[in-house]
Amino acid sequence: MNVVTPFEGIGASVRRKEDVRFLSGRGQYTDDINRPGQAHAWILRSQHAHARIQGIDTAAAAAMPGVVAIYTSADLAAIGGLPCGWQIHNKDGSPMAEPKHPVLAEGKVRHVGDPIAVVIAETRAQARDAAEAIIVDFEVLPAVSQTTAALAADAPRVHDDVAGNLCYDWHIGDKGAVDAAFAAAAHRVVFETTNQRLVPNAMEPRCAVGDYDTTTGEHTLFTTSQNPHVIRLLMGAFVLQIPEAKLRVVAPDVGGGFGSKIYHYAEEAIVTWAAAKLGRAVKWTADRTEAFMSDAHGRDHVTRAELALDKEGTFLGLRVLTHANMGAYLSTFAPCVPTYLYATLLAGVYSTPAIYAEVKAVFTHTVPVDAYRGAGRPEATYLLERLVDVAAKQCGFDRVKLRRRNFIATDAFPYQTPVALQYDSGDYFSTLDQALKTADWAGFEARRAEARMRGKLRGIGISTYLEACGIAPSAVVGSLGARAGLYEVGVIRVHPTGSVTVLTGAHSHGQGHETTFAQLVADKLGVPIANVDIVHGDTAKVPFGMGTYGSRSLAVGGSAMDKAMDKIIAKAKRIAAHLMEASVEDVEFERGTFRVAGTDKTKTLTDVSLAAYVPHNYPIDEIEPGLEETAFYDPKNFTYPGGCHIAEVEIEMETGRVSMVNFTAVDDVGRVINPMIVEGQVQGGVAQGIGQALLEACVYDQDGQLMSGSMMDYTMPRADDLAPVSVATHTTLCTHNPLGVKGCGEVGAIGSPPAVINAVVDALRDYGVEHIEMPATAPKIWSIIHGKSV
Amino acid sequence: MYDFAYHKPASVADAVKLLAADPDAKPISGGHTLLPALKHRLNKPSALVDLSGIAEMKGIRREGNSLIIGALTKHVEVAKSDVVKAAIPALAYMASHIGDNQVRNRGTIGGSVSNNDPAADYPAAVLGLGATIHTSKRKIAADDFFQGMFTTALEEGEILVAIEFPIPEKAGYAKLKNPASRYVMAGAFISKGPAGLRVAINGAGPCVFRQSDMEAALGRNWSADAVAGVKQSADGLNSDIHGSAEYRAHLVTVMAKRAVAAAG
Ligand SMILES: Cc1cc2nc3c(=O)[nH]c(=O)nc-3n(C[C@H](O)[C@H](O)[C@H](O)COP(=O)(O)OP(=O)(O)OC[C@H]3O[C@@H](n4cnc5c(N)ncnc54)[C@H](O)[C@@H]3O)c2cc1C
Repeated sequence: MNVVTPFEGIGASVRRKEDVRFLSGRGQYTDDINRPGQAHAWILRSQHAHARIQGIDTAAAAAMPGVVAIYTSADLAAIGGLPCGWQIHNKDGSPMAEPKHPVLAEGKVRHVGDPIAVVIAETRAQARDAAEAIIVDFEVLPAVSQTTAALAADAPRVHDDVAGNLCYDWHIGDKGAVDAAFAAAAHRVVFETTNQRLVPNAMEPRCAVGDYDTTTGEHTLFTTSQNPHVIRLLMGAFVLQIPEAKLRVVAPDVGGGFGSKIYHYAEEAIVTWAAAKLGRAVKWTADRTEAFMSDAHGRDHVTRAELALDKEGTFLGLRVLTHANMGAYLSTFAPCVPTYLYATLLAGVYSTPAIYAEVKAVFTHTVPVDAYRGAGRPEATYLLERLVDVAAKQCGFDRVKLRRRNFIATDAFPYQTPVALQYDSGDYFSTLDQALKTADWAGFEARRAEARMRGKLRGIGISTYLEACGIAPSAVVGSLGARAGLYEVGVIRVHPTGSVTVLTGAHSHGQGHETTFAQLVADKLGVPIANVDIVHGDTAKVPFGMGTYGSRSLAVGGSAMDKAMDKIIAKAKRIAAHLMEASVEDVEFERGTFRVAGTDKTKTLTDVSLAAYVPHNYPIDEIEPGLEETAFYDPKNFTYPGGCHIAEVEIEMETGRVSMVNFTAVDDVGRVINPMIVEGQVQGGVAQGIGQALLEACVYDQDGQLMSGSMMDYTMPRADDLAPVSVATHTTLCTHNPLGVKGCGEVGAIGSPPAVINAVVDALRDYGVEHIEMPATAPKIWSIIHGKSV
Repeated sequence: MYDFAYHKPASVADAVKLLAADPDAKPISGGHTLLPALKHRLNKPSALVDLSGIAEMKGIRREGNSLIIGALTKHVEVAKSDVVKAAIPALAYMASHIGDNQVRNRGTIGGSVSNNDPAADYPAAVLGLGATIHTSKRKIAADDFFQGMFTTALEEGEILVAIEFPIPEKAGYAKLKNPASRYVMAGAFISKGPAGLRVAINGAGPCVFRQSDMEAALGRNWSADAVAGVKQSADGLNSDIHGSAEYRAHLVTVMAKRAVAAAG
């Protein structure tokens, strides 16, 4: 029986359906999958940042025990390189440089970790033993690893055919208007900063299992992916030339992605190709060391920004020049991150009338960089929210008042920014007020004074941010260079006895979709969530889909389900009308019950679904049997979550150590389906944001060696590095999707880093410091307090 | 991991024989340093001689004015031992702050001290208390034991069997952890007792060392203020992405102050 008690619909903090499986160790991850007769792959990777491969001698390795096959790029001549899904155009209209990204290195290696050869053996250990016996004759070449060094005239070239290592030189906005604004300004503020490179470090390392059915010619790839259909499309069409109908891609339970599992990676193509070549399944699983040097990294921007203000503090113009590091090759969506996901966000929550941004993307001898939780929006937010604090300090404005003065008015929506986006809704004043109150901003000075007596420097920082997600309107992104559409698919299958299977192209890897999506069905169709099954992550089951990233699953995927449910209700009403001998116009539907308006005549969804599948008494000439509907939803616009984050820190003067003591987040994520899941998503994002602000840094030395290549040297945030995170929401509805939702997956990581750094700078206000680069580590702060160089 | 043979002797004598017979064999205790090295293929022993079955290397006991801790004693056992807490509370405190729960439940004092990682905790206690190392063939004073980064006076095939700590009047330990590895960035173990007044510094340099200027200052005036005035030279200290030698030198003084305060 479909009875919804207690309330499990929109707004209920029901516990996550998937957690029993995850918390009891019964998830089914890619590495848990083993195919009969499976062999194991080990990838030989470059230890050099840049070298010419003079020769590869595999003879000794091939003779090692258990070795099945060894492949190098010579064996892959017939397959394509890894495709890039987004093309950016230069200022002059010419397309970006797009050098080949070979599956295995061709003639040269270009970063530490670049794959050179694959050994396939009976066991993983045998494959690894043999890989060590491969002799590669390298001619080591000079390398360039730092973003700003890549454009130097004498910098080593990453790709012979890319002059000056410049991938693209792009711009957006009205340069003339900005120049005019600066000419008229009372205050001009300059701010330079680096948004450091990060390693995503999902808990589950990447894994891929290729399988091939010699009788049907069907290829199957099990992979740790956030978007199996995209992998099928990219790998099938561009790399291996396998028709979709013969290629199944399965992404089972995935242990976190944060963006790093969006992209099509070499190892996926290798195991799929090798499985067919060998006629047996091939498995590859990364260890953590490989993850550090082969998962796409995040961020890595160097930026100079200038803000023009009038005498009262009104923003007149913003000028930005950013250098973005692409790494050695273009990862799947890399080019769009520092452009359309970054520069278009530079208005933030402010009504700055003129903005001009230039972005130069460069190649370096480092791991490719791509979207990482927030993707471009954290970089934009960090830049703006630090810049506003710097401006307040330099020009003598109160940092909260300066923000409030420049906020986009709550009645100004829809608001067209000078950098392409049109915000549909928001209320930045309310999120600010609520956060100031929760964080007791007004009472802070007393806390600062109390801390000082304990030898601690206490500071408070604020960030009022906005982001664009719910990615994305296909026509818009197509015009901007995307090579894919970004709609989503939802299938609602009502079974004969009224339970529901939902097929979605979104993919859950920590987000709790199995619960949130079930709540949508409970709310609209009145089916208890226990009777709703969410199916995702398998191209053989789900018709199509673009996957999960850019906080799109609910806004786009959920909207597709909603549309499919509309179709279900429309059809079911016609069946119910027949069953109740009423006209369809008179049938009302609410949470599982059809009623002839104004009467006590009712039918349940189960009555209707049973009739649909057992059509004995059924209008068979007018309506097909069955109750299943598919909807494709292409959003009309991005969604624009925003809000206010306030961080409070204490610095130990003797050591420079920063402790988080309080964190307040008030976010507008649109309609909240499950408050508990939203809270968890925001807390996780804030943890990553605090990680970036205080702890994490991917460090390459000048020669391109990865200095932070393990957990011994890369500081992931731990529980005791964090503060209690108070999460609240203040809702304005998205105006253009049927659910009114905006997205909550990335806001934590976007809003928090500048709040933390603003707090650190505030704590150090007596030391004349204007800025401190992320991560704000103890030695850096100690050197400020003690006037030393680090 | 490469293939290796595995032996599990029941006595120190048998273990010594196994190690003597095969120069490429290595002893293993808790495995929390050696196993990660094997997994990363940084080490290729022909055989592992598992010491964990040797009864004579276990146990904590007090003998007169000494505390004797068997090499196989796990960090958690030292941390929770009433005998240790009564005799040298600073040592129990140190043990309770090594790594995390898993590490403390596997790692051993003998393994840690034999390994002599510059960023490890125990070497500071051994040197800072003037302990004596009992091996399969001799006794070695702490001052002679730690010879450099990952280097000790232990010879090939020599096994650390127990550590004898003289019980001090006072002792204290303080450290700042490396934010990533959570090993020691800089630490100080300070004691006053039968082995004299000792200040041992770990984490900051390539090997644990005694800070004689601080020892002299404390000799004149046992107080946190006394060490606060002593500057550690940055020469020869470690410098890496987590902190410069200069920063570590500064931390040495801060940690020494805290260690004196902790010692009371
Ligand atoms: C995640 C993690 C965090 C850690 N954090 C810390 C920390 O904060 N502080 C800290 O001090 N340590 C830390 N450690 C190290 C831990 O304490 C180790 O267990 C210890 O250093 C070695 O002890 P073991 O018994 O595991 O030695 P093993 O790994 O078994 O051996 C270490 C070395 O000593 C040799 N050896 C072992 N026993 C003997 C013996 N009786 N005689 C002669 N040679 C011997 C072995 O051959 C090997 O070379 C950490 C380890 C891990 C994995």
